[in-house]
Amino acid sequence: MSENENEITVNNYLKYLSEGKLMGSKCKNCGHIDVPARKLCSKCLKPETEWNEMSGKGKLAAFSSIHVGTPYFERKGYGRKKPYIFSIIELDEGPMISAQLVGVDELHPELIKVGTPVKVKFLNVQVEGLPEKVDLGFEPA
Amino acid sequence: MAKLARKVAIVGAGMSKFGQTFPLRRIPEHAVDAWLNAVKSVDNGIEPKNVDACYVGNYSADLFNHQGHLGPMISSLFGLNPKPAPRFEGACASSGVAFRQAIITIASGLMDVICVCGIEVMNEVPTSEVTDTLATASDATFEYTAGATFPGLYATLATAHMHKYGTTSEDLMRVGIKNHINGKENPFAQMQRTIKELMERKITKIKGAGGEVPDWKDELDFLKSRSNPTIAWPLRLFDCSLVTDGGAVLFLASEDVAKKFTDTPIWITGTGQGSAAMSMHDRETLSTLEATVEASRQAYIMSGLGPKDIQIAEVHDCFTIAEICAMEDLGFYEKGKAVEAIKNKESYRDGVKPINTSGGLKSKGHPVGATGAAQAVEIFKQMRGQAELNRQVKFDVERALTHNLGGSGGTCVVTIYEK
Repeated sequence: MSENENEITVNNYLKYLSEGKLMGSKCKNCGHIDVPARKLCSKCLKPETEWNEMSGKGKLAAFSSIHVGTPYFERKGYGRKKPYIFSIIELDEGPMISAQLVGVDELHPELIKVGTPVKVKFLNVQVEGLPEKVDLGFEPA
Repeated sequence: MAKLARKVAIVGAGMSKFGQTFPLRRIPEHAVDAWLNAVKSVDNGIEPKNVDACYVGNYSADLFNHQGHLGPMISSLFGLNPKPAPRFEGACASSGVAFRQAIITIASGLMDVICVCGIEVMNEVPTSEVTDTLATASDATFEYTAGATFPGLYATLATAHMHKYGTTSEDLMRVGIKNHINGKENPFAQMQRTIKELMERKITKIKGAGGEVPDWKDELDFLKSRSNPTIAWPLRLFDCSLVTDGGAVLFLASEDVAKKFTDTPIWITGTGQGSAAMSMHDRETLSTLEATVEASRQAYIMSGLGPKDIQIAEVHDCFTIAEICAMEDLGFYEKGKAVEAIKNKESYRDGVKPINTSGGLKSKGHPVGATGAAQAVEIFKQMRGQAELNRQVKFDVERALTHNLGGSGGTCVVTIYEK
């Protein structure tokens, strides 16, 4: 048991994610926001951050349509015939985060435009042999 | 800061024949082949008793080969026990990091001669495990769960670069075409063939099978066809470096003893190392690799040289987009201008600034932990006029540079060499 159950830890970030919340941290000293949440503010490095829920809105900063995926994504059913989009999203609050982009045509990535407005979509993962979990996703807004 | 306390030189350098060699040739064979070729390259000879330590660069024998603790494993093959044998890890820059630490150790006065060995044997595991092992150089919690593969991360960099500077898929393909032209002339390369040759072989194969003959006019047509499948759009198979088994060995010596080994040592006049957030999403910019900018800044200051002074370079083309980025982030070209230089063949072997005369990671191969040391092997040969076949550049190389990246740009080592 940790001293403070609401401490900013990777485990607590993932717990929030599983509840459908994208949590960053806001620094009480300088106001900077980090996502995923950090105990040490990435700007002023003071350990004075607190949880801060993101709006889940942002825009597509960069992406790739992945045809040869990780074994984890292969288990989720993706592959050459069904590629997936790995993306980096710039949130309205400022920070960037890696996520799967859904709701687009993965086979025609040339039609997907950097800068497209997106909103968060929590992806329930049910893979045989693994515990149920939520992965971070986004879709066009 | 910024100066070495005494001068350090490379007095010998050699590599094994890179390839997909497992199980016939494993870690000991690649290490020993590289050692023998490096020993042969030392003009006045070198023996284990001359060497003070063995610095090993290796990324992940732990996962590729279920083998850790490579320092003493390699040093015992070379007869260097009981001397120090540390191992260094910096993802694909592992032997670049080992090389730099050896330079710093010698410059400090602690040792006079160090053997640097970069080694990686990747083909012991199937491709999906290679992908997974390489992916451990990215963030396991936040990038991997979003689907990041290494081609995927560099593809993401590519879309950011394309969006900002108008770079095209054809621009990427031209990098691969050039590097294979060089690799054809490197007997130590994994794919000693040009893309044109590979295209012609494919046509012959299709003809032989009675299929419809493709109407490819040139390599670009071939690279845009289904014969060059997408791995991580916009990157296709021929935008990716190879899965390689290989080793490379360098002998470094202080200014006090270098001339005992050779009359033509290659001096290290600049070394720099930079870092960036491991996760791409934690960086300020996606289309510039800040670790490269920082590592080269340090190396340029130390050497007193600038990007214009560099005559040839080996840069880390793990993917074609990475070579374009490196040409810009090293200051050779302004951001967004490298693709024009490639179109004008400035980076060809007979161009004004040859890049990756070895064939690069694309054609020579990329045994990740061996790559940094292997880049120095090519520079050592080019600067001494000893590059094999038709690979030697046609001018006297006085000043050269190597650029070795780790991960998606979290680590970078840049080295500057002078005669």
